[in-house]
Order: sequence, then C-alpha cells, then structure tokens
Amino acid sequence: MARALRSVPAILGCVTVAIFMLLAVCADVLSPYSTNEPSCGVYAPPSPQHPLGCDDGGIDVLSLVLIGGRISMIAGFSAAAIAVAVGTLVGIVAGYAGGWVDTFLMRITDYFIVIPQIVLMIVIAAVWGSSLVHVILVIGLLMWTSAARIVRAQVAALRQRAYVRRAEATGANAGHVVLHHVLPQLGPLLVATSVIAITVAIFNETALAFLGLSDPTAITWGTIMQHAFQRNAISTGAWWAIVPAGVAVAVLITGCYLMGNALEDALNPRLRSSHLALRSWRFRAPGPQSEQAAMSPREGTQS
Amino acid sequence: MRGYIWRRTLFAVVTVFLALTLNFVLFRVLPGDAATRLSRVPNASPEMVQALERQFGLDLPLWEQYVRYLQQLAHGNMGISFANRQPVVDNLLEAFGNTIPMVTTGVLMSIVLGTLIGVFSAVRRGTVGDHILTNTSVVFYAFSTQFLGIVLLILFAGILPSAGMSDPFAAILSPWEQFLDVARHMILPVVTLTLTLTAETVLIVRSAMLETLGEDYIFTARAKGLRRGRIIRSHAFRNASLPTVTQIALSLGSIVSGSILVEVIFSWPGVGRALYDAVLQRDFPMLQGGFLVITITVVLVNYIADLLYFRLDPRVSR
Repeated sequence: MARALRSVPAILGCVTVAIFMLLAVCADVLSPYSTNEPSCGVYAPPSPQHPLGCDDGGIDVLSLVLIGGRISMIAGFSAAAIAVAVGTLVGIVAGYAGGWVDTFLMRITDYFIVIPQIVLMIVIAAVWGSSLVHVILVIGLLMWTSAARIVRAQVAALRQRAYVRRAEATGANAGHVVLHHVLPQLGPLLVATSVIAITVAIFNETALAFLGLSDPTAITWGTIMQHAFQRNAISTGAWWAIVPAGVAVAVLITGCYLMGNALEDALNPRLRSSHLALRSWRFRAPGPQSEQAAMSPREGTQS
Repeated sequence: MRGYIWRRTLFAVVTVFLALTLNFVLFRVLPGDAATRLSRVPNASPEMVQALERQFGLDLPLWEQYVRYLQQLAHGNMGISFANRQPVVDNLLEAFGNTIPMVTTGVLMSIVLGTLIGVFSAVRRGTVGDHILTNTSVVFYAFSTQFLGIVLLILFAGILPSAGMSDPFAAILSPWEQFLDVARHMILPVVTLTLTLTAETVLIVRSAMLETLGEDYIFTARAKGLRRGRIIRSHAFRNASLPTVTQIALSLGSIVSGSILVEVIFSWPGVGRALYDAVLQRDFPMLQGGFLVITITVVLVNYIADLLYFRLDPRVSR
C-alpha cells in the first residue's frame, strides 16, 4: 500500500490537491482585487496589473477564479461528504443485515444507477429553485449509489471474517460490531471513494451552474464559465474570461483522479501483474522475466 | 436463461414505472403550487387559481390525478409547452430526431477509439506509448465537457460552423448538399462528445484488460505458445469486454449529461438544448416530458446492454 502511495503520480496528485486547498483557504488574502467592484475595463485583456484579464463587468478574473475556487470546492466537498455518508450507511446496512433488507436496498440503488442522474438533478434544481445549498443537496443525495455498492461488497466480505464472527459469537450487538470492527476496516476504501466522489461532485456542480441552475450571485467556477458564456465572451474573443476557470477545474480533477487512482491501486493489488507485459513478450523463450510473471499473481490473489 | 431475461425485463419495466411516478410526484411535491406555476403569474387572483385548478383537474384527490396522468401519457399526451404552445410530444420528437445522429456518431466513435487505445495501452503497460495515451486520457477526462466544447469553439470559430445544425442563409440545397451542411455543423459537437467519452472508455477498457491479463488462463495460453494477437483477441479482450459493456452502459447517464452541455454550447437543437431552454423559461411541462423521455431511453439502452451482456457471458443468468 505504502509503495503505491509513494509513486510519482500519487505524489503529484496529493500536492495538486493540497495546493488547491491552500489557495482556497487563503483566497481572500491572495486575490488582488475585489470581486464586487470593477477594477478595469470591460473584457480588458490580460495585462501586468490583471494577469488574467477582466470579465464583462470589469472584474479581475484572477480574483474571481481564486474566490470561486473556494466555493466550488466547498460545494464539491460537502456534496461528496453527503454522498459518501449516505452510501456508507446504505452499504453497511445492506451488507451487514443481508437477506431481504440487502435485496431491497440494492434494488433501490440499482434504480438510482439506471435513472440518468444529471437529468434528475436538472429537474429537481429547476423546480426547487436556484440556490447553492439546493445544488449541493441535489448532487449529494443523488450520488450515493457507487459508494453504497462498494461499501456493501466490502462489508459482506468482512462479515465472513473470523474476528467479526467471533465478536458476534461473544454476544456483541450489531451496532458495536459495525462501529468497532467493520467501520475501521472501511477507512482506506472510504477515502478512495470520497476522492472519486469529489471529482464527480465538482463536475456536476460546474455542469448545473453552467446550465444556470446554481445561485446566480454565488461565484463558483461553474458560474464564472456560465456568466462569461452567456455574455458572449467567446464571440468577443475574451477567452480569458472562461479558460482560467475551466483549467482550474481540470487541474483539480486531475489531481483528485491521480490520488484516487493511487489509492485504488493500493487497495487492489491484482492490477500489478500482467502476463502480457511487454517486457516478457520481448523474450519469447522462458527467462527470468516470465518466471517473475509467474510469481507475481500469487502476491495479488490474497486480496 | 429465461429467468435472467425475465428478471431484466421486469427490472426495466419497474424502473420505467418508477420514473413515471417520480415525474408525477416531483412536480407536485416541491415548493410552489401547480396552479400558480401553470398560470405563470405569481400573484394570480384566487378565482383564476380556482378556475385553473378545475381546468387541469388539480382539485381532484392525488390518486385520481395520478391515474389521469397515466391515462394521458398512455395516449401520448404530455401537455402543452409553456414556451411555444405546441404539444410537448411534438417538440420532443423533433428534438430527438436532431439529437440521435449527433450522439450516436459520438458514442460509436468513442467506443471504437476508446477500445483500441485502451487495449493497446494495457498490452503495452509501462511503455512510453502507454504513458502518453493514459495521461492524455486522464487530461481529457478531467476537462469538463462544457470547457472542452468552449476551447474547441475558441480554436475553430470561423473555420468550422459553431452553432446550429444547418446554415440558415444557404440557398435551397440538394439533399446531398444539405447532408454535407449538417455534417459540417456536426463536426465540433461530435468531436467534443467523442473526446470526453473516449477518455473515459480508454481508462475503463485499460483497467479491465489489465485485470484479465493478470489471470492465470492468460499465463496458460502463453505457456501453450499461442500467438500474442490471438491471446489478446480471444482470451483477454473477450473477457475484458464484459466489465466494459456494463461500464459503458452505466456511463450512459454521463453521455446524457455530456450531450446536454454539448448541445447548449453549440446551439444544437436537440433534447439537451430543449431541456436547457425549458429550465431557463421554467417550462415545466417540457421539463417533465424531457425527463421522462430521456429516462426511458436510458433504461431501454441499459436493458439492451444487459441482454448483450448475457450473450457475451451466459454465466450471468445463474
């Protein structure tokens, strides 16, 4: 596990995410201009004073992206937290209780997986009214399905472990077993799931905001893009009003993805071995490499 | 085998029914009452509200409204759009006709490209080629659809048509010229959709392939001295295609979201764009209809994927 986390992509991912969090925390101090008052011309191009130019209201884009990042990340993180919490609850109940409770909860999960969530999100957000809190709740409450499935599978497997059975045999009640024996084992898995959930939540937030379903007064990366797109930033050639926010989303998502991937690799060692790895193909005749290939699956199968 | 198909059919039918119900409930449970929304006047007089309620049967008990709603749907009646006073069904049919060619082209291209690239980088895991392809996919995966579309719009505005489905100023064209015109308009939306979907497919196919390549039967096949291409095609890929099919089917939701954003950016007059306009104008009958039609389409395609899965691996019926 530690080895997978020490790989270059994993470190790169962690550093990226850390930098973004730092920027979000210090956004007030770092943003050079106010996001409420104009400080330069309409769609003024990038200049030494305004390194990322200005939007249609004469507001500094760099400040907008910094402040917007904070709200985007808060929205993404809280939606992901809601999703993982609900998913974990459903997964633990289904996996631990088994039987018809399990079947019932997993059918519900299946329905939510099949129904196109983004459309449901759009409809609910549109009917409910535009507000950032609504957007967070809608995303969080519709995104729990994958967490529920992953947690359920893990809990069902954990339940068969000897120490859980032993705890049950000594008369511990379900709540105690779940809290003290099952939940701690889920830790790494939940971290990996949360990281992936954050990327999806941020994606959905920008999409909903871009469609004009978020609070129009809140500044997020999604609303920055929507705002500029609506006010013809593209036909005016003012790419700087849109591109920075989009790049920020992309870099943060890449960071989260690399981190999540490293965690998943660490949790799923099977992927480490391949009998078709190019190195062993180059030497057709059995040699040290193919012996290695024959050895490697064994270390992976114990999962 | 029969059992499996029946179970999937039942599941699909129940899901559609659930969507129908959700659709009914959503527009009644959430804040703001239906009559004021129908009249689209926030401060309508009580008489007007009452008249409207009677006209639309909103004074009936909820279950009777539900039965009525189902009856209306069975007759293909989804109401009248607030925005253009046309039947919602007609609006949606037209929009769907425009969406299907664009989305299908994008999806097919992304599946072909994604599978080829995914298999290639899995087989050559750890090489420079794999690194380049995988990292490029991660970057494209990280681009939000709207951002990718906007970047393409900025780069190619002026070179390729950037909005709509056809040139409104063109003189009357022959069918062939018309086709070319639409095809030219389709390039940017399709490329946007393809790029985002391909990235996802590459990552899915690659990890599925890596997993199968680690299996013992691949080792056995190698030990038997089978050719590499043969192992990749008939041993590894065949098995790796199973999780791929499910994953692609499950990512249909993201295809829908991607096409909504693509249609909004390129003003493509399809379902996504219709949904977006309905949101802007709070055109609830249209929103309701759009949700229903998209949901049913996704459920159907998922159902087909389930049957396909069964063809590929009859073991799932057990």
